Amino acid sequence: MGFEEISHTADWSVRVWAQDLPALFAEAARAMNSLSGIVTDKGPRLRRSFEAEGPDAESLLVAFLSELVYFQEQENLAFERFEAVVEEERLKVEMEEAQIISIDKAIKAVTYHNMKVEKTSRGLEIVIVFDV
Amino acid sequence: MFRGYEPYKDFKLRKAERVKMNIENLVQISDTEWEIPTYVRADMRVPVRLFATRELLEQIIDDKSLEQAINTATLPGLVGHVIVMPDMHQGYGFPIGGVAATEYPHGVVSPGGVGYDINCGVRLLASSIDLESVRGEMDVLANLLNKYCPSGVGKAGALKVSVKELDQVLREGARWALRNGYASEADLARTEESGSVEGADPDRVSERAKTRGREQIGSLGAGNHFIEVDVVDQIFDGEAANTMGLYQGCLTVQIHCGSRGLGHQVCTDYVQSFQDAVRRYNINLPDRELVCAPMDSPEGQAYLGAMRAAANFAFANRQLLAHSARRAFEETFAPRMSNWHLHQVYDITHNMAKIETHEINGRQMKVCVHRKGATRAFGPGAPGLPPEYRKIGQPVIIPGSMGTASWVLVGTADSMARSFGSSCHGAGRVMSRSQAKKEVRGDELRKELEQRGIEIRAGSMPGLAEEAPSAYKDVDQVVETVSQAGIARKVARLRPVAVIKG
Repeated sequence: MGFEEISHTADWSVRVWAQDLPALFAEAARAMNSLSGIVTDKGPRLRRSFEAEGPDAESLLVAFLSELVYFQEQENLAFERFEAVVEEERLKVEMEEAQIISIDKAIKAVTYHNMKVEKTSRGLEIVIVFDV
Repeated sequence: MFRGYEPYKDFKLRKAERVKMNIENLVQISDTEWEIPTYVRADMRVPVRLFATRELLEQIIDDKSLEQAINTATLPGLVGHVIVMPDMHQGYGFPIGGVAATEYPHGVVSPGGVGYDINCGVRLLASSIDLESVRGEMDVLANLLNKYCPSGVGKAGALKVSVKELDQVLREGARWALRNGYASEADLARTEESGSVEGADPDRVSERAKTRGREQIGSLGAGNHFIEVDVVDQIFDGEAANTMGLYQGCLTVQIHCGSRGLGHQVCTDYVQSFQDAVRRYNINLPDRELVCAPMDSPEGQAYLGAMRAAANFAFANRQLLAHSARRAFEETFAPRMSNWHLHQVYDITHNMAKIETHEINGRQMKVCVHRKGATRAFGPGAPGLPPEYRKIGQPVIIPGSMGTASWVLVGTADSMARSFGSSCHGAGRVMSRSQAKKEVRGDELRKELEQRGIEIRAGSMPGLAEEAPSAYKDVDQVVETVSQAGIARKVARLRPVAVIKG
């Protein structure tokens, strides 16, 4: 699993790949933290869970990442150590929250632009465009 | 199925069809106008009309602007053309610089066609302070603007409003600011929609969006948002400049920002919920970011109510920042001059969907004009302009990239006839943010700009590098294009002397 930034004229675009859907969700969240240049503190971590329903993997992913954007901006929190479960139209993610010490650039929103989970030789892949 | 909408019978086939555009595929209408006809892709409902020179087109031909314009041309209920401005560049869903009008009330409204920063716009204030008489005080002024106008990632605003007050802001926009002593009637008269969009419905804005808004009102944010002090460098239309109170050599202030986290959340909420709406109304689209719903559907009405509320938040936000800018001017200049005041020239939005009446194929039609990275540019005599601007047309404020010129234009009769009363909105990016950071060092850029006499206050050096002038098109070329095309007329050119960025 991994991710790579793709050139985008105005916003941010990232290609993410992983062996299965839960790992893809976790890697997408890590990619988002990395693009934003988030540094977190090393203090004790609280667990937090997120649940969503949606008709497909893409809408679950947008809902999940949008949740992270909200907590990042509103509560100065970033998340790590994701454990995701995807069952039919439901997503549940357990994760650790951490206070943000510094951030280079915030993401305004997670878009659906040309978003599609595709099967490739690397497992599953998706390209995500973030509004920054 | 919603009235009148034919689903595509072979949608999957069409979706897979990718059209590689090059300039030779385009039909050239004139030196500054091009067309992508509907035969280029089977699912286009209307042609795309591009305002650009060949040189400007060459700068974007390899990004996805044109593909995104073609995608936009598939929306149900479109009328006329999809219009694209010369500052166009790749966005998500719509291209940046895109204008699309749908028939009211059965045509669609698309949250992605407005974007996440609902009512991102520019306010221009002007003074009669001669730069040469205050050059030594520009550092003090820049410090005070930086102090009073909170900026940066997620930064809280100058004040925090209660839940009840926020609903008032969402309903009333800049009129709320007037009631609370942050505005004058003259400010509101010189603001698009008088700073208060009718039909705003705070009940359609989620609690999450309101939570974000309560803390951020009165703040600038980060990214490409800024406050800039400029000097009037050149005047092209003396009568219009006089009417606006723009005087050669005098200071002006531009405020570029929008609806902050509240608007981002409103768009996020509705793009998400409209994913179901397109299924309900059997609307097939080539890109899920273009999701939309008929304006007269419950979903369409809900979005319009929420979008207008977010737009009012942005009008109030720019008004509060203008109040803070005036405070900085007063503290800097009032001790030694009586006429330190900043009067409002105009406040425009460049991300919005608005119900307007336009002549299409010889017939007056009520339409919903989506402008995403495009400025309303109403010509002389258009409704809604303050009396003093009815003769000259609506002021159009075009901020350039950091360290380069900005422009004041006016709308024309031609913009009403050919671009749904719209013009460009800025210089337009040509380089990705990461590439800009590879090529430019923020601290060196800052030094270079300061050597040119521009005070820089920036929260982040990498952020400064992302906004380097080399990452943008030449704003003078963009403005020359809309001017030659006739969809706007030049009034004045501004030159920066202080930039405040998050």
